[in-house]
Amino acid sequence: MKRIGVYICHCGTNIAGAVDCSKVSRYASGLPGVVVARDYVYTCSDPGQEMIKQDIAGHKLDRVVIGACSPRMHEPTFRNTLAEAGLSPFHLQMANLREHVSWVTHDREEATAKAMDLIRAAVARVTLHTDLASLEVPITKRALVVGGGIAGIQAALDIANAGYHVYLVEREPSIGGHMAQLDKTFPTLDCSACILTPKMVDVSRHPNIDLLAYSEVVEVAGYVGNFRVRVRHKPRYVDSSKCTGCGDCVEACVMKKRIPSEFEAGMGGRSAVYIPFPQAVPLKAVVDGTRCLFLTRGKCTRACEEACSRGAIRFDDSERDSELEVGAVVLATGYDLFDARTKPQYGYGILKNVIDGLQFERLACASGPTDGKIVLANGCEPEAIAFLHCIGSRDVNSNRYCSRVCCMYSMKQAHLARDKTRARVYEFYIDIRAAGKGYEEFYERVQEEGVHFIRGKAAEVSERDGKLVVRAEDTTLGRPVEIAVDMVVLGAGLTPRSDAAEVAQTFHVTRSQDGFFAEAHPKLRPVETNTRGIFLAGACQGPKDIPESVAQATAAAGKVTALFAQDFLRTEAMIAQVNEAMCSGCLWCKPVCPFGAIEAVTITERSGRRTVEREVARVNPSLCQGCGACTAACRTGAMSLLGYTDRQVLAEVDAICLGTPS
Amino acid sequence: MPWNPLIVAFCCNWCSYAGADLAGTSRLAYPATVRIIRVPCSGRVNPQYIVRAFQRGADAVLVAGCHPGDCHYSTGNYFTRRRFLLARTFLEYLGVEPERFQVRWISGSEGPKFQETIKEITQAVRALGPNRKLRDES
Repeated sequence: MKRIGVYICHCGTNIAGAVDCSKVSRYASGLPGVVVARDYVYTCSDPGQEMIKQDIAGHKLDRVVIGACSPRMHEPTFRNTLAEAGLSPFHLQMANLREHVSWVTHDREEATAKAMDLIRAAVARVTLHTDLASLEVPITKRALVVGGGIAGIQAALDIANAGYHVYLVEREPSIGGHMAQLDKTFPTLDCSACILTPKMVDVSRHPNIDLLAYSEVVEVAGYVGNFRVRVRHKPRYVDSSKCTGCGDCVEACVMKKRIPSEFEAGMGGRSAVYIPFPQAVPLKAVVDGTRCLFLTRGKCTRACEEACSRGAIRFDDSERDSELEVGAVVLATGYDLFDARTKPQYGYGILKNVIDGLQFERLACASGPTDGKIVLANGCEPEAIAFLHCIGSRDVNSNRYCSRVCCMYSMKQAHLARDKTRARVYEFYIDIRAAGKGYEEFYERVQEEGVHFIRGKAAEVSERDGKLVVRAEDTTLGRPVEIAVDMVVLGAGLTPRSDAAEVAQTFHVTRSQDGFFAEAHPKLRPVETNTRGIFLAGACQGPKDIPESVAQATAAAGKVTALFAQDFLRTEAMIAQVNEAMCSGCLWCKPVCPFGAIEAVTITERSGRRTVEREVARVNPSLCQGCGACTAACRTGAMSLLGYTDRQVLAEVDAICLGTPS
Repeated sequence: MPWNPLIVAFCCNWCSYAGADLAGTSRLAYPATVRIIRVPCSGRVNPQYIVRAFQRGADAVLVAGCHPGDCHYSTGNYFTRRRFLLARTFLEYLGVEPERFQVRWISGSEGPKFQETIKEITQAVRALGPNRKLRDES
């Protein structure tokens, strides 16, 4: 027989006000196995805990039931109490007499009766509690950062500066991400490249950072502390160790400037062998295998090879994989700009001089295709420019969410347009969302600069007499307006990367309704995912501007370094366990497991006089998070969840339903 | 004094149990008809538990979990949803009125919804009277 101690907490008058605590404790003392039952004014206080410890010693208790507040509040407290008294912390069961009884029941008799039911159930259950132990697993103290935009760069630098090794994987030939494409940043009008490129160089020179550009993660296995990652390196067709980034091959390429440049958002051309942009890191040329005439058709003079004095061009280059072992992952894969072609009413892709926000950035940028001159497709300066907000955002037909940055970047671009041209500038907006440090002040400044703000979402852009006509309803005047301009800039919103679903699958992270990666808790765990050891930074988690991305990246790096500061990880104690003798090896449990913790193993056993091999399910204790979904899927009842076994739960059910034991 | 039904509620630790806690913290009174059993995830609830509760004399059973898509374990409650659609049909086939077995999604911020759910089920089951099907004769 177990020796159980029961403690009924008054919680001042929080419980005692509605529940007759001494009656409940007298009732508990008559329950099977209970050797001591007390009620006490504040059980969680030091003297309260001391009383329990003394009872454990004096009455030789091996199980403890506490009727108090929610276990979500004080279960850890009382588990510690038990541990300090030399008892297994899992030999505890709490009955929630405050949140579930006294605070929701007016009738004292009913509340007291309900409290007695819950105590009876707890006593029945605690009798069946067993010792549970968690494992210690070592941690590989190297991190993987996926994505080389500003968020990935910041996370990599922070982790590397803390003294840990970082692999930074970037799928493009250069790091920098979208931020490298921007001209100025709001609201301070810092030159984007001026603040970003030093950081890019820091990454490339950091002794703790391995920069794996033009590479992609194709497979992730393992678990927190011990991930195994397969990375695919795309062929550059250029020997990076020989290339100096001089650009002679680029000049020599017969496709020179004939391929739309991704970096220039299609506003400029590049060669088939190219350096993405002048400040690229690594500053090495790359041959576009899908566009190079020699690689696609075998017909070319191979002028690039001739031009390269170092003989760096390597047409026999091929794809190769490598394996990395890391303890934590930061996902910083960024965003895609909303594709304005899907809103044909705005004429993007149809009408010349209708461009999106990123294209305007390239026009405005001094190192861009027009050397920073804001010009129309014909090379003339526009006389009037319209900026259209909320393209794709806050729209039930595309993205319901606000993209957070478009108001500000549209206003910044309006400022640049006013600064660089003599054009009249119009902003068509629904609301201005300028909630950031210095943002509202920037909004006021742009208003003072003579930009016309028209409240009303633009409905349509059409062409008339060589001009672009923007139709909108001016909601402040309450009437439709039509304004003729030369250039329309679409404030396109942010969307998840087009391959976010596959990436989510690769890394076993979930996505929220809008398709961005989901954080573990929207308020309290904003950089963690539900998969331990995988963290989020930047716009892959949701639309963010640069300061927010940097802040989140540093937070993610903090989480990684906090993880790495430990030598071992403790696994969950309440995990699933297979009774291999009962397991039929059907593996119905396997697809139910959200963490991939169940795998098939072959065991050898004696059957009569023969030795046979058969397949059974096995749980990886480091991966199991203890949800127990597998137990309900198990046909034979071989799968059990420690701490929540069928016997334990059914003991509660029986005790609740059957009333006072006889 | 009117007859009070007994409702056994299986609440997942992360959403519904927290929702019930919030009902308490917000002092939202509801009938003392429910006894909550904490489980890690609604996906842990074995249909066997429900049958057992009815056998032992429960008048209604509630399984409450996180909203689909919000599960702490990503997908646990999707299995709950499928499993208990079947369980419901099965119980109906056995002669248990569908009002007696309910599955609800109650998040940690939905204290009022927890209160309403208990009020509703209590009222529905009170109208039906005590559960006589499946009950052990003892």
